[in-house]
Amino acid sequence: MTVYLDHAATTPMLPAAVEAVTTQLVTTGNPSSLHASGRHARRVVEESRETIAQALNCRPGEVVFTSGGTESDNLALKGLFWARLTEGEDRLRILTTSVEHHAVLDPLDWLAEHEGAVVEQLPVDSAGRLDLAALREAIDRDPGSVALISVMWANNEVGTVQPITEVVAIAAEHGIPVHTDAVQAVGSVPVDFAGSGVDALTLTGHKVGGPYGVGALVIRREVEVTPLVHGGGQERDIRSGTIDTPAIAGFAAAVELAVKQQAEHAERVSALRDDLVRRVQEVVPDARLNGDPGGKLPGNAHLTFPGCEGDSLLMLLDARGIECSTGSACSAGVPQPSHVLLAMGASDEEARSSLRFSLGHTSTQSDVDALADAIGPVVERARAARR
Amino acid sequence: MKVLAAMSGGVDSAVAAARAAEAGHDVTGIHLALSRNPQSYRSGARGCCTIEDSNDARRAADVIGIPFYVWDLSERFHEDVVEDFMDEYAAGRTPNPCLRCNEKIKFAAVLDRALGLGFDAVATGHYAQLRTGADGLIEMHRAVDHGKDQSYVLGVLTQDQLAHSLFPLGDSEKTSVREEAAERGLLVAHKPDSHDICFIADGDNAGWLREKLGDRAPNHGGDIVDQGTGEVLGQHEGTVGFTIGQRKGLRIGRPAPDGKPRFVLDIEPVSGTVTVGPRDGLRIDRIAGIRARWCGSVPTRLEGTVQLRAHGAEHRAVVIVRDDEVDIELQDPAEGIAPGQAAVIYEGTRVVGSATIAATDRVGV
Repeated sequence: MTVYLDHAATTPMLPAAVEAVTTQLVTTGNPSSLHASGRHARRVVEESRETIAQALNCRPGEVVFTSGGTESDNLALKGLFWARLTEGEDRLRILTTSVEHHAVLDPLDWLAEHEGAVVEQLPVDSAGRLDLAALREAIDRDPGSVALISVMWANNEVGTVQPITEVVAIAAEHGIPVHTDAVQAVGSVPVDFAGSGVDALTLTGHKVGGPYGVGALVIRREVEVTPLVHGGGQERDIRSGTIDTPAIAGFAAAVELAVKQQAEHAERVSALRDDLVRRVQEVVPDARLNGDPGGKLPGNAHLTFPGCEGDSLLMLLDARGIECSTGSACSAGVPQPSHVLLAMGASDEEARSSLRFSLGHTSTQSDVDALADAIGPVVERARAARR
Repeated sequence: MKVLAAMSGGVDSAVAAARAAEAGHDVTGIHLALSRNPQSYRSGARGCCTIEDSNDARRAADVIGIPFYVWDLSERFHEDVVEDFMDEYAAGRTPNPCLRCNEKIKFAAVLDRALGLGFDAVATGHYAQLRTGADGLIEMHRAVDHGKDQSYVLGVLTQDQLAHSLFPLGDSEKTSVREEAAERGLLVAHKPDSHDICFIADGDNAGWLREKLGDRAPNHGGDIVDQGTGEVLGQHEGTVGFTIGQRKGLRIGRPAPDGKPRFVLDIEPVSGTVTVGPRDGLRIDRIAGIRARWCGSVPTRLEGTVQLRAHGAEHRAVVIVRDDEVDIELQDPAEGIAPGQAAVIYEGTRVVGSATIAATDRVGV
């Protein structure tokens, strides 16, 4: 029996999403075709768009389908940066946090290296929460030079929920567009696009119980964005390429259900998570919980185990059928200490001694029990391997 | 047994892991990430440190049907192997980083961690044989395939390390290992062997050392001096470009009076003096060794053979042991031996131990 505690990496597809995908897989029709089959496919896509719009409180026309979170982030960052450049040549600054996903940090590095962007990674506190004073200071230094701000809704490693409302309020004083990567947030915490005031929002299918390879950038109609992929002019000419009807149908089914069940899901999963943390700390008293205890994704339990290599723990748990993550980005095949933990003030050593357990819609009490039973001997072994 | 198979991404370690699994062991594959920046090795790289090699190892583990992980030992490797390599060269010696890696990384850092994690042994694709001797100790012998024999680079292993090692390829010929890999469906069956120092991507050792050592001694210019006359024959721009026994690239304008080629006989790192002379001057028959390591019980005096470089010839020798130093008298003189190289001591096919060459005496001196 596999004990799957890595829902933040990907979560099992919901049966409704599987059904939606398979129904469309055996249905012929390119949504761009003008005949009956095409119209039928187009209708499925547009209904999916409306479903997602309703779930996230945006207009259907604001949903741009992409291949997933990384593409949506690239489109938002590069597309907004270039569009803003055409408005004012001296708007080169991009403000972001030091704890973003690599799907944000790497495109920004690229923009800095190739397009003259000046990227400022703003600091976070020890819980991983953006320092709003630093954001304000960075804007006030020269508001007119800021092209955009990108702050994730919730962190993928430690689960900390960022103060998006406050970020938007500060940005609005100067009319600076705000992008947020909400890949981890949708379905876990309430996400209201219009209510939040952000200009662009990234989400992806496989984190909410939908299929891989599909996602969306929700982007306000009033905001200009330069396309990255040119071709047939699909998706309002922002994102060309044949529209993937089955994936989009499954994606919409998953978003609809995940958002509808969000409150109940959060309550159930956070109770399991709290039990997991409590029982792990009973067995391993010096295990430390990372992230913001007051504002955390319900399924996230990110723990530091002093004196252990995270890699060793992962391997020993894996051998017992318990699957989790070191939470570290695997850059170029070599595990690196997590930039998120380092930004939160952890030492290299602490960053390498951490594991992320993430619960989701299929998690049960028996998963928590299995981990609670295994963690003691596993930590002991991992410590022995360090001596 | 629970066995950790170190998988470089090459054919040998893949077949070794497959054989260990087939023998009924509970095998887990690991690839050692040894470079701090594997991206820099992406193009034209050889050796075992590239992302492609890691992927090859992963695919081999998939085919064998064993779990697979990457262990980051880049810091340890840099400290214990790469920096040692640079320090040794800076001191005018010629180290063998593969022995060092086996001593400090594969059968130390990796083995220690494996034992701590509950494994019983580490398996590698080295060509060497392990047997239990009459005294109950584990003996290491040369591989059946003498052309591939790697007992030389394992000569630093102690009894404790050998007791937790598996070399499943020791009884096989390389050609049959490749055939077996193909039969097993391993995609690396025809991948070329690695020959060079793995952390020097383009194989240009002198260039790499020049760049890395920078201003560190002994990479400064000096005289090229004739051994017989003491005459200064020319100047050079850095001792790092020279190794003992080198003939080409000396850039001495004049030929030797006897018309015979001249070879590098000695490199003095502090003064930068490079001594050259006739080939006879390269012949040595006495070696002082330090840092002796023994695979089993420690001998006091033995008549056996020594091997002085990887895939080098065997020399009949008498070895006298004093604490962790050895005096080696060669009955078959050797040529072009540099301090820093390892002398591995054999009795028949059995590896007795090894020492690092500190000094040599020329024949007749």
